[in-house]
Amino acid sequence: MSSEKISAALKKETYVIIVLYLLFFVWWYAAAYGFGDDASQYEYICGFPEWFFYSCIVGYVGISFILWAAVHFFFSDIPLNGEDIENE
Amino acid sequence: MNEYFEMILPLIFYFVLIFGIALWGSKLSNSRRDTKGFMEEYFLGSRSMGGFVLAMAIITTYTSASSFVGGPGVAYKVGLGWILLSMIQVPTAFLTLGVLGKRFALISRRIGAVTITDFIRARYSNELVAVTASLALLVFFMASMLAQFIGGARLFETITGYSYRIGLLIFGLTVIIYTTVGGFRAVVLTDTIQGVMMLFASVAILFAVVNAGGGIEEIMQTLKATDPDLLTPTGAGDAIPKPFILSFWILVGIGILGLPQTTQKCMGYRDSRSMHRAMVIGTFVVGFTMLAMHLVGTLGRAVIPDIEIGDLAVPTLTVKLLSPFWAGIFIAGPLAAIMSTVDSMLIMCSAAIIKDIYLHYTNKKGNKNVSPATVKKMSFVVTAVAGILVFAAALQPPSLLVWINLFAFGGLEAVFFCPTLFGLYWERANSTGALISMLAGVAAFFWFNLSKTSIAGTTPIVPTLVISAAVFVAASCFGKPESKERIEKFRL
Repeated sequence: MSSEKISAALKKETYVIIVLYLLFFVWWYAAAYGFGDDASQYEYICGFPEWFFYSCIVGYVGISFILWAAVHFFFSDIPLNGEDIENE
Repeated sequence: MNEYFEMILPLIFYFVLIFGIALWGSKLSNSRRDTKGFMEEYFLGSRSMGGFVLAMAIITTYTSASSFVGGPGVAYKVGLGWILLSMIQVPTAFLTLGVLGKRFALISRRIGAVTITDFIRARYSNELVAVTASLALLVFFMASMLAQFIGGARLFETITGYSYRIGLLIFGLTVIIYTTVGGFRAVVLTDTIQGVMMLFASVAILFAVVNAGGGIEEIMQTLKATDPDLLTPTGAGDAIPKPFILSFWILVGIGILGLPQTTQKCMGYRDSRSMHRAMVIGTFVVGFTMLAMHLVGTLGRAVIPDIEIGDLAVPTLTVKLLSPFWAGIFIAGPLAAIMSTVDSMLIMCSAAIIKDIYLHYTNKKGNKNVSPATVKKMSFVVTAVAGILVFAAALQPPSLLVWINLFAFGGLEAVFFCPTLFGLYWERANSTGALISMLAGVAAFFWFNLSKTSIAGTTPIVPTLVISAAVFVAASCFGKPESKERIEKFRL
């Protein structure tokens, strides 16, 4: 792998991580506060209040899967030892 | 059989297993004949961590007594809102590895860095930057280790009924011995087992709590009857206002990029694939443990409603709901969390003293020929002595260190966040910026804490990071750029 390719791959991976992070954060926040805080109005899913189910359970399981897919598609197997990196 | 003894039995088996691993680690580091090889092995496991081990090493170092006892205790008091707060830690593993992982791995191999201070010393030309980093690391780590020891011994005392000192003696000495003997390799391998133990423990106690409460639905109705606010994101008594939860997010969701105990792990893995696997596994595991343990706290309130002190919630639930044998298995969970935090800090303290301070200055004085045997002996002695100092302090906790611990987490972030991140991502970053930002960061952090000044309802870490970043950028632009050769080494 040339050093330019490595550099491009590293940049791409950083962006992917930032996007994933924002995705998780926005979902976590929006789901948590999107249902109001009047407990008498809550609907329940699997026994949990809706906001909690979406924010803490769906959010967590969701990001785990999306992360897995993102790693699979966007992350490259960069050689870490200097000798394997050709300088072109 | 005595029921206390029955509780101790799983722990004893567990400790024996850990010692076995440490011995194996020591064999490997003894096989290294030269100083550099020994250093890489003893302080970094020869950069050989695979994906699963890397994930567990990061996660277990990060999760400590507070994830098992303190956090769930608050969740018991204020309800589901505190679980929401804890869940912002889900991205810990993938953020740390994704942002720092490969860059650290590539650069640390290029420059032969074993510690974060090595990295900082190579990146910034001013010696004071590296010294400040080493000192901050030693002071804050010592204080944190002490707090972990105290927490662990108290927990042991509450659950098993044996005294504080016996608890401290058993797990404190265990962690000191295996870390000293086995080095980094023993640290991460035991961390892996400790991580698995933590998973088992959290599942066991969660299952017991849900069962005892008659299922989630029934528990939620009981909680609602107790106090409907236990079910809201802001918590009972509005304990978790938005500025507070967002401050916490800055502290544990962003600031973690500055914690040397987790970032150092980025230097120690084998190849890219290990890192990819670690991101996925680490995210899954940390989310699972946080969710399960904090649920135990919140749901536990419906099962045993009258626990006065939050910190006693998990120990009380454990003793009341689990049979002695299972309680013994459970207590291994938080003890594992504690030991796996302490061992990483201990080996890094030792690395700071031996490598960043002692060897660096003897080399500088022109004495290049410290024999590998001497380095080995000194490394063992320093690790053991550092551990024993903390152990002795925990017998009779000095109030100064206990006090410093309150600032350890944020303090480390104030010192390391900017130099680490900017050092990797911004070529203009230089020693003027790093030095002033570190000092300003710590000063600001202490000042905001002590004067109890709050900006827009946030906790001190928020203005601290803003100030240290702003100062870093401003002073870097003002200061002299690092030399071309230096920057070239860090170009990716």
